[in-house]
Formats: sequence, structure tokens, C-alpha cells
Amino acid sequence: MPWDRNQMAARAAEELEDGWYVNLGIGIPTLVANYVGDKDITLQSENGMLGMGPFPYEGDEDPDLINAGKQTITELARTSYFDSATSFGMIRGGKIAAAILGAMEVAENGDLANWMIPGKLVKGMGGAMDLVAGVGRVIVVMDHTNKHGDSKVLKACTLPLTGKAVVDRIITNLGVLDVVEGGLKIVECADGVTEDELRAATEATIV
Amino acid sequence: MKKIYPDAATALDGLLFDGMFIAAGGFGLCGIPELLLQAIKEAGTKDLTFASNNAGVDDFGIGILLQTRQVKKMISSYVGENAEFMRQYLSGELELEFNPQGTLAERMRAGGCGIPGFYTKTGVGTVIAEGKEHKDFNGETYIMEHGIFADLAIVKAWKADDTGNLIFRKTARNFNPPAAMCGKVCIAEVEEIVPRGSLDPDAIHLPGIYVHRIIQGDHEKRIEQRTTRKKESA
Repeated sequence: MPWDRNQMAARAAEELEDGWYVNLGIGIPTLVANYVGDKDITLQSENGMLGMGPFPYEGDEDPDLINAGKQTITELARTSYFDSATSFGMIRGGKIAAAILGAMEVAENGDLANWMIPGKLVKGMGGAMDLVAGVGRVIVVMDHTNKHGDSKVLKACTLPLTGKAVVDRIITNLGVLDVVEGGLKIVECADGVTEDELRAATEATIV
Repeated sequence: MKKIYPDAATALDGLLFDGMFIAAGGFGLCGIPELLLQAIKEAGTKDLTFASNNAGVDDFGIGILLQTRQVKKMISSYVGENAEFMRQYLSGELELEFNPQGTLAERMRAGGCGIPGFYTKTGVGTVIAEGKEHKDFNGETYIMEHGIFADLAIVKAWKADDTGNLIFRKTARNFNPPAAMCGKVCIAEVEEIVPRGSLDPDAIHLPGIYVHRIIQGDHEKRIEQRTTRKKESA
């Protein structure tokens, strides 16, 4: 059985080290926060906050306290607030240890596409280009194939890029792959997924 | 010099002209200068260029100026929440310049600091880099981005004193300080104007040197994505 969303998030949480400042993207990456366990992880919200807490209880929503997905959130004892220029200063400046992001396509050289599909509604890149260019480690969490069964792990991206050669590790429902010299290296297969199955679902070169 | 004005329309008096460039604070609908946007709508100023991270929603924020076709161009990082924006953009009525969010924030900050250009890794190898100067530093490639110098900055803060010192609240700070800095003139709308001396000088987020006019008013402060969790039963 391939991993489900929560298992992918739990696997991604293993990537985080005690003491790290981390930025989590929207979707499955958001679930990673549920699996950090005892590790001391500080979450950044790039609109201008470190120490992001859980969603508020009903009735406690504050319009002045939202995350980068514009959802209402809460603060923690460790929380600090700052403006967006300072926020992206810490991103661009390499102070954020890792970003865990979703993707539409990843290529074997680490190229990432996750912000636009030509001909479809273009919403914008938000902070994604800044994050992938600036943070210490870029970890992509996504399904291995699209809804047509085509590989999203490619020799070269077909969609407009969010960043060039920026991805370090890919975690999918089928396993974990690292971007290395010459292609991708299998780190592990999801429970019950064989290496042959992982290779068969991957268009990119596996070394 | 007296910085306090009675309302948004009076504060904007003499500053608006067709074709002007406005930098606006806010992220989504959080910390947006909603009263000043409403007053600009009522003033009817046309062909506006806005540097603003988002374009509001159809009936709130910059969205209200899209409804009246007062906006010629948006410089933004994300505009996905606004159907009227998309309609005008796809029909060619509206120009759009996408900036990565951090690049937009830094362009504002840089402009406010008198820095006309800076280099960043953000966007290298993407469509954002096309036509921009590339330069290598220590073996890595960067692109040049320009500082923003706006005719007017409109921002929202929590508290101001009468000298324009501002304090923001939680994540409503967002783009407001950099937007304020890059305007030739900056108007701040606040929830409360407090007497001089009642703000802790060590806790001022934006010094009054950047703020030329202040208004106090009631804010709707709409929530875009109300997200909650259930209380666990004991």
C-alpha cells in the first residue's frame, strides 16, 4: 500500500531536526506539524510570524492573526511578529532551515514547478519562489503521479518553474528520493511498495 | 505640523491624480487600508497602478476599485481570490506584473531606503528573470530588481500617536511598514490615535518620519478563511 496523506506528512516530519525554524506550505505540508513529536520546531508563516500555533477554537478567531494561507491561527509563548520584508529577509538570508512544499512537477536536476499551468487561471507564485531560492533545504511532498497516472517526477519539468535546481528531497506516496549528481537516488520505498514499482512510476533517471 | 485628519477623504485631499502609483499595505484582507481604498473609490481617481501583495476580493479591499475600473495595473504576488480581477486580466483590460512576495516586499523596503536596485536569487531560471540583469556573486547567479518609489502609500496600523509613530497588531503588520516607507507621502489609517507619550518609544514598529497623515476610523477587518478547531471534550 502506498502512503496516504498523513503517512507522507509523518515521513516528512522525520526530516526535521530539533531546533529548526521551518516553513510549511499549503496542503499535505501543513499536516507535517501534527507529527513533529517532541522535537522543538518553530514554524514560520511568511506573512510575518515565527512560532505559529494551531487553529483557534470557534469564537477565538482574530482577523489580525492569519497564516500564509489566510487562515485564522493562534500564537504561542514563543511567537514573534515582524513585517513581510523582514520575513523574507530571513527566508532569503538562509535562516529558515527547511521548507516543505507541494509540487505539480519535480525534475531530476531539482527543478520545481508548483505555481502555474499555462492556459489555466494564474493565481501567482506568492512566496514560493523566495522560499525555494532561500531556505536551507527544500523538501517536496506530493503524489508520485497525477490523476491520469502520469509521473510527476520527470526528466525535465514541462510547466513554468518556481525554482531551478532547488529541490533536495522528494517524498511521495510511493517513497523517498534524493536529488543527486546525474539524477535521483532512491532513499526508501513506502511500506509495501517495491523498488521496481517506484522505478516504473518515475520518468526521471534513477541512479 | 499637524498630521491628524478628520477622515479618509480629507486626508487624501490634494494627493490623488489619474495615472498615479500607489503602494498599499496588507496581506489578503488582513491589515488592509480599507477606509482609504473606499475613499479613493469615491474620489474616482483613474488609471491607478497598485503595488500590493494581493488584489482583495470582489467586494472588499482593492477589489472595490476593480469593480469601478479605476485600476490600470497591479504589481502583486498572488491574486487568486478575486474573480473580477481575473476577468479583467484575461480580457486585457488590466495589466498584471507578478512579483515574488519577498521580492515585492524588498522592492518597497529598498525604495523607502533610497536603494534603486538590488540583487536576489529569487526567480533565477524562471519567467521572473526574463529581461533582467543577471550577475554572479561568489559563484552564484542573482537577478537585479528595482526599488519601488510610489507617489502615495496607504497603510493600516493598530495605534498611532499624533506624530505618526505606528504600532501594528500581530500579522496585520505584514506589508504595511515597507509600503509606508516607499511612498513620497504616506497616509496611515488606524484603529486608535493615542496621546503623545503613551506609546513606549522602544516598542514603535514604524517611526513617524514615514507617516505624513493619519486618520482614525472603524474597521470591518473581514476574515478571508475562517478556520477553527473543535474543543476536545473533557
